[in-house]
Amino acid sequence: MSSPTSGRGAERDDQDAAPQAGASSSTGVSTGSGSGAAVVAASGGAVDQAGLWGDVWRQLRRSPQFLFGATVVAVFVVMAAVPQLFTRTDPRACNLARSRQQPSSEAWFGYDVQGCDYYANVIYGARASISIGLLVVLGGLLIGLTLGAVAGYRGGWIDILIARVTDVFFGLPLILGAILVLQAFTSRGILLVSFALAILSWMVPMRLVRSSVVALRDSDYVLAARALGANDRRIVLRHVLPNSLAPVLVYSTISIGVVISAEAALSFLGIGLQLPAISWGLMIGNAQNFLRTSPFLLWFPGAFLTLTVLAFISLGDALRDALDPKLR
Amino acid sequence: MARYIARRLLLAIPVLLGASFIVFALVYALPGDPIRALSGDRPLSPAVQAELRDRYNLDDPLVVQYGKYVGNLVQGDLGIDFRGRPVSDTIGQRLPVTTKLAATALVIEAVAGLAAGVLAGIRRNGYLDNLVLVSTTMLVAIPVLVIGFTVQYYVGVRLGWFPISGITAGWQSYVLPGFVLAAGSLAYVARLMRTSLVESMRNDYVRTARAKGLPERTVIGKHAVRNSLIPVVTFLGADFGTLMSGAIITEGIFNLPGLGGAVFTAVRQQEGALVVGITTFFVFVYIFFNLLVDVLYAALDPRIRYE
Amino acid sequence: MTSAPSPPATSTPRATSRGGAFDDGQPVQGQHLLQVDHLSVEFATDAGTVHAVRDVSWHLDAGETLAVLGESGSGKSVSAQAVMGILDVPPARITSGAIRFQGRDLLSMPVDEQRALRGEQIAMVFQDALSSLNPVFTVGAQIAEMYRVHRGTSKREAMGMAAELMDRVNIPSARDRVKDYPHQFSGGMRQRVMIAMALALDPAVLIADEPTTALDVTVQAQIMDLLLDLQRQNGMGIVLITHDLGVVAEVADRIAVMYAGSIVETGGIEQVFTRPAHPYTDGLMSSVPRVDQIGSRLSPILGSPPSLSAIPPGCSFHPRCPRAEAVCAVEAPALREVAGGRRSACHFAEDVLGG
Repeated sequence: MSSPTSGRGAERDDQDAAPQAGASSSTGVSTGSGSGAAVVAASGGAVDQAGLWGDVWRQLRRSPQFLFGATVVAVFVVMAAVPQLFTRTDPRACNLARSRQQPSSEAWFGYDVQGCDYYANVIYGARASISIGLLVVLGGLLIGLTLGAVAGYRGGWIDILIARVTDVFFGLPLILGAILVLQAFTSRGILLVSFALAILSWMVPMRLVRSSVVALRDSDYVLAARALGANDRRIVLRHVLPNSLAPVLVYSTISIGVVISAEAALSFLGIGLQLPAISWGLMIGNAQNFLRTSPFLLWFPGAFLTLTVLAFISLGDALRDALDPKLR
Repeated sequence: MARYIARRLLLAIPVLLGASFIVFALVYALPGDPIRALSGDRPLSPAVQAELRDRYNLDDPLVVQYGKYVGNLVQGDLGIDFRGRPVSDTIGQRLPVTTKLAATALVIEAVAGLAAGVLAGIRRNGYLDNLVLVSTTMLVAIPVLVIGFTVQYYVGVRLGWFPISGITAGWQSYVLPGFVLAAGSLAYVARLMRTSLVESMRNDYVRTARAKGLPERTVIGKHAVRNSLIPVVTFLGADFGTLMSGAIITEGIFNLPGLGGAVFTAVRQQEGALVVGITTFFVFVYIFFNLLVDVLYAALDPRIRYE
Repeated sequence: MTSAPSPPATSTPRATSRGGAFDDGQPVQGQHLLQVDHLSVEFATDAGTVHAVRDVSWHLDAGETLAVLGESGSGKSVSAQAVMGILDVPPARITSGAIRFQGRDLLSMPVDEQRALRGEQIAMVFQDALSSLNPVFTVGAQIAEMYRVHRGTSKREAMGMAAELMDRVNIPSARDRVKDYPHQFSGGMRQRVMIAMALALDPAVLIADEPTTALDVTVQAQIMDLLLDLQRQNGMGIVLITHDLGVVAEVADRIAVMYAGSIVETGGIEQVFTRPAHPYTDGLMSSVPRVDQIGSRLSPILGSPPSLSAIPPGCSFHPRCPRAEAVCAVEAPALREVAGGRRSACHFAEDVLGG
């Protein structure tokens, strides 16, 4: 399953997350009846939001999946931002004489092929993964949100056009598409890799936002906002989008895990990040030839990678369970 | 039914065109240098560069380039690599390995996934159900990269049960990579089957089947399962396309001389034409299987057939 | 509550030529064909225990039609499903009672024997034929399944018999339509398919759970006529579960009225309709719009039925009863004989009968 967000895969997350659209529309509509609608519309629907998120938070606090996911994600985010908190060693201070030495009390993860401290490298490797994960998902979200809002709100031919384009992009498996983009460039850094993955990750957010927008655009409080004179852009930004966020949030969180996995795969293949960048995927790729003699070279980055991906996916699952109206 | 198929075929054409355009744009229209894409870091003499520019129509306006590109595609011309071999030749030679790998993976994920899903669905909320749920969550989340090496190391190196590299040992060579490739999808099939079965057991026609005095194994095995198979089988059909293109990592880990391996080596050797050509092929295969699945769906669900 | 085109009070009395007992209590030969004795069914839900069926007793003889009348949530469907043995037993629990078919208690039979009777001797028809028929098998295959599973008939022969059955229930072009799927039929035709499937093995009892509720009025009449016709032909007993007074009036011999999970009145159809013996039945009859009362106000029963997990103490109907007195809130009235062959669960049943 190395093209996790491609076509059917994306559709299935779509289906899983789609019921949330119903959730957001029901919260939206419930505040929309009668004269209260005008008040709520003016305050941007904020009155009802507090109630929804309060409930969600209470349920999340009790979920072991959430606790596990949130804690681990928090640790790794800190690790990415401030690696110095976890290690004082410079990951690039290498000494060939120490090449592939086994883990010991001095060097917890041993040394890699170049003789660099492996523990430091693995810690610093978090930065690439987390940043790419966040960048790609945010980028895809931005594109998807814009297209989805436009398609959903305007309807008509522009909706059809965007739908066709989305269908075409669905036909491109994630890893393959990213390979196509990346192989044209000599030097590949975090921004380029993020770009390559982001342009293949906007489709499902687009569909989710679009279905939310379609469900909400005719609701009472949108009508009330219009009656009060708000123009289209304001309506979409302040009233429709905030209520469409819930299903997209779930999908995006799970996506981060998938993207981190994809980046590692690309770097492993040699078409993602390159030296001197520090990436778990690169480390795994370099470790391949030493599987029999020094398997630890594989396990440490592999374990960190797995933990990170698992954490994001657990977080996403927990969010989905908390936001699903049927389970409440 | 024929009308349905014709309609689906017709709808697939713009998708194919669109996909080919995206591929084209990603390769030739981005700020990167297509010459570098095609030649890698090899220093090229101006004469060779000129020839390449001509061969790939790089001096023509983009629209014309695209037109010629599609024209070539339709004739099956996917370009040539640096040894002068047509890419389509390489594809033809390596396709069997990838097909066998994908087929093995499909069989594994179908058999294991369906069995696990049915068992979990029948004993809903029981011990077996929870076990399946937890293990599938983990399987889906762990990156293929990690699964691949873990399996290779523990089953291949430590236990030595199956070969970990190459295809010299006949069908046994495909076991480990097949399992690794199937892992994520297997988990998904199990969950899908379970959910689908639970859903269909809640339907009224199951109640009717019981009221007819049918034995329980017929009620579940025939009436409930037949309906719940529909989404699962359609997923399996589409997944074959995904597996074919997803084999890159697996073939890289297990050193299999298939199409994925070809991309893997081509990337390392900076053989741009091969990378682009094979990738394009994969994209088309993927779209083809999605189309096949639409047709399959109609074959399985009579309600769709008469639209 | 009713969609009857004609007022029930003016329906003609049932002919006796169909045989079987008229009113309850006096079986013609020894035991009744189907007898439910003090059946109670509970459901365990998150919101507490739901007492869906409380101490329900009724019986059915060959050749007669018993209507079990009640609103949604009165327990009528659950009691029928308990008879068929198709209740989902983890949430549902049969806490007491016996269900005797030809004298044998179904509840104390081994599961296999119970299953052998299902479909063969006791068959059931459901309300929504579209969701009750399997969408991926042809109607012919589904009918033929009865023969193939219960009698071991070959596929070919069974399909032939299925076509004949479809013909018998008046589905036009039966032979051609045997290969069609349920969604290709209209509502009325689908219901005929269900009936054909149920009658395949000539059962002694047919339980029809709201067979016409989902159909148009004209189609309703056709289906009910079909059922009566078939009953005349093979002398089976029909338990008709419904909330529709009009349908009951046209078709039933006897009636059992259910409220909040228990039976409040039983008797012959004409007697119960013209002179009810329970305030609830009385209220039902009065609430029916009547052609000869055009222009006057409708008189519904005030209030709504209780939740089955919170049934009022004493008589379950007392909060809505115009005749309720102190004793009604304290003591639950038993179902007792109040006149020839009629029973009522009311402390003041005689008063109701009288006025």
